[in-house]
Amino acid sequence: MYNRKDKAIAFLMISPSLILLAIFVYFFIGQTAWYSVSDWGIDPATALKKGVEKNYVGLDNYHTLISSASDYEFRLAFISTFYFTIFFLGSCLILGFFLAFLLDQRIKGEGIFRTIFLFPMSLSFVVTGTIWNWLLKPNGGLNILPNKLFGSDPLEYKWLNSDTTLFKFEWLQGGNLFYLGIALFAFALFTYVAQKRSLSWFWVVVAGLVLWLISAAGFWSKIWLPIDDPVRDIGTYQGYGYSAALTGIVIAATWQMAGYVMALFLAGIRGISEELREAARVDGCAEWQVYTHIILPQLRPIALSAIIILGHISLKIFDLVYAMTGIDNKYVKVPGILMIKGFRSNEWARSSAVAMVMLFAISLVIIPYLWTNLRTEKQS
Amino acid sequence: MNAQRDARTLTRNLWRVAVYGLLILMALIFLIPVYMVVVTSLKEAAEAGREATAWDLPSKLNFESFEAVWNDLSPNLRNSFLLVTAATVLSALVGSMNGYVLAKWRVPGASVFFPLMLFGMFIPYQAILIPLFKFMDNVNLYGGLSGLVLVHVVYGIPITTLIFRNFYVDIPNELLEAGAIDGAGFFGIYTKLVFPLSLPGFVVVVIWQFTQIWNEFLFAVTLVKDRWQPITVPLAETAGGISVDWNQPMAGAILAALPTLLVYIIMGRWFIRGLLAGSIKG
Repeated sequence: MYNRKDKAIAFLMISPSLILLAIFVYFFIGQTAWYSVSDWGIDPATALKKGVEKNYVGLDNYHTLISSASDYEFRLAFISTFYFTIFFLGSCLILGFFLAFLLDQRIKGEGIFRTIFLFPMSLSFVVTGTIWNWLLKPNGGLNILPNKLFGSDPLEYKWLNSDTTLFKFEWLQGGNLFYLGIALFAFALFTYVAQKRSLSWFWVVVAGLVLWLISAAGFWSKIWLPIDDPVRDIGTYQGYGYSAALTGIVIAATWQMAGYVMALFLAGIRGISEELREAARVDGCAEWQVYTHIILPQLRPIALSAIIILGHISLKIFDLVYAMTGIDNKYVKVPGILMIKGFRSNEWARSSAVAMVMLFAISLVIIPYLWTNLRTEKQS
Repeated sequence: MNAQRDARTLTRNLWRVAVYGLLILMALIFLIPVYMVVVTSLKEAAEAGREATAWDLPSKLNFESFEAVWNDLSPNLRNSFLLVTAATVLSALVGSMNGYVLAKWRVPGASVFFPLMLFGMFIPYQAILIPLFKFMDNVNLYGGLSGLVLVHVVYGIPITTLIFRNFYVDIPNELLEAGAIDGAGFFGIYTKLVFPLSLPGFVVVVIWQFTQIWNEFLFAVTLVKDRWQPITVPLAETAGGISVDWNQPMAGAILAALPTLLVYIIMGRWFIRGLLAGSIKG
């Protein structure tokens, strides 16, 4: 079957896709990377001219994002998204597992419940955003639901327009940014070595130590000198942390995605043979011990998949925020929105730099995931 | 002995009650937005905007919002349908061919370019948006639906290829080799043996792409001119506005959600298969 002519045809048939992806993914990423180190659109007058000369400016655009007062919102957006990811992941995993656990109890009408928990997945983030925007109005929706049901006082939580910043920390002091980098890096390493041999733990520790040493040596501040954060003098300064206004978006996103985690977990639980569970029961395990000893450990790879998939969705979240708060919202900032804002105002270089930071953050979780996944597939 | 058994039955029954109670409670919570969207869309404009009575049933049934939304959004609905049909069919065909090649033909370099291909489905599209926009402008594809179709087909290649590849891997090689002995070449094996077995694969991919493209927003809001915008764009714009009568966005949301929702309810099993395939492990 595998004669040379047919093999050549096979390659010929897949090559258009490869060429298209080479251009539309890799060449375009390369171009964005180039724009991000150029001065294109920094002077608004040149932004729209065709064939305008772009000059290489090194890492200036990134430096601006990290340290200039005018880009305070970018840093806030990035840090907020980091927190957002944690809350969103946490709530989806807990709720998703809880639902899968309930559905695993030999339920009548399981199909109906499953359909109800999963249907939000089929909706657009824009639809979800539109509906939740209304549900989270300050004087209506969820805030007055307790009042409607139990007659208690209405809540006054500002789901989408709170100006409070929680879990604050100082930017660029004591190398905080660097610790954030370490945390991200360690997280990325952790995600793909979590199920592997203990040797990998050794490397995580080594990597962490190396990073710590570099930062302790002041290496970081030497690269990025001069570091100033003049934003503290600006009236809008709230500190860096989690914008409480993102809570509404966490709720909507969880409503949409928890069913997905449930489906993943349920598929995983069903994949564990009933004999194994029965054997554990015979050995004297109580029902909850069957879960802690048999089921949870086996679900670890699935939980990891869920974390990666949800994590990359939340790091690039855009449509949901757009539909819930609009593009110029004062309280809710995420990088995906800021990039489009820059795109619309022709700040090519700057928004390219924002996009590259997003790509970098997502690559940190996706590349190790793809790598281990394909490697284990090859082994099996 | 009997008392012990009774106690055990009692705990088991209590447990069942608790499980069903929790399930029903969770189901109700998940359905809150559905209640809200339906109730609000059936109110008249002034009543729909009143936050204090948001949970109340409409004082009288009123379909003006659907009428208004239908008038405003039917061109966008048409755009969405055109876009989704063209892009879904094309990307399913491309994906099927790619999947066949990757699953059944040992193409040199596949272990390198397959992961590179898959990476393309995880990137934040912001990272390619500016060059893409310039490119579309240069080749005169900016602004219309055909450009958007091209974009969705290209960025759909990774996931459609992946689903079809995982699907075709399960077709036994012996079957194809038998075909080869009968004289079938690359295309003969595909059209006579592989394609006829592909229906489930196509169903999964078509549902997946249909849902994804229908729901997509980033490309829709940046790459087409107003009159070609898919439905998600005007919907997001109205909801993002400051003072709106909420019956219209809610009716719009129902309109925009209905096609994918129907597909999900009718073909849920296949939808879930696509969903799980998206996490790489088939």
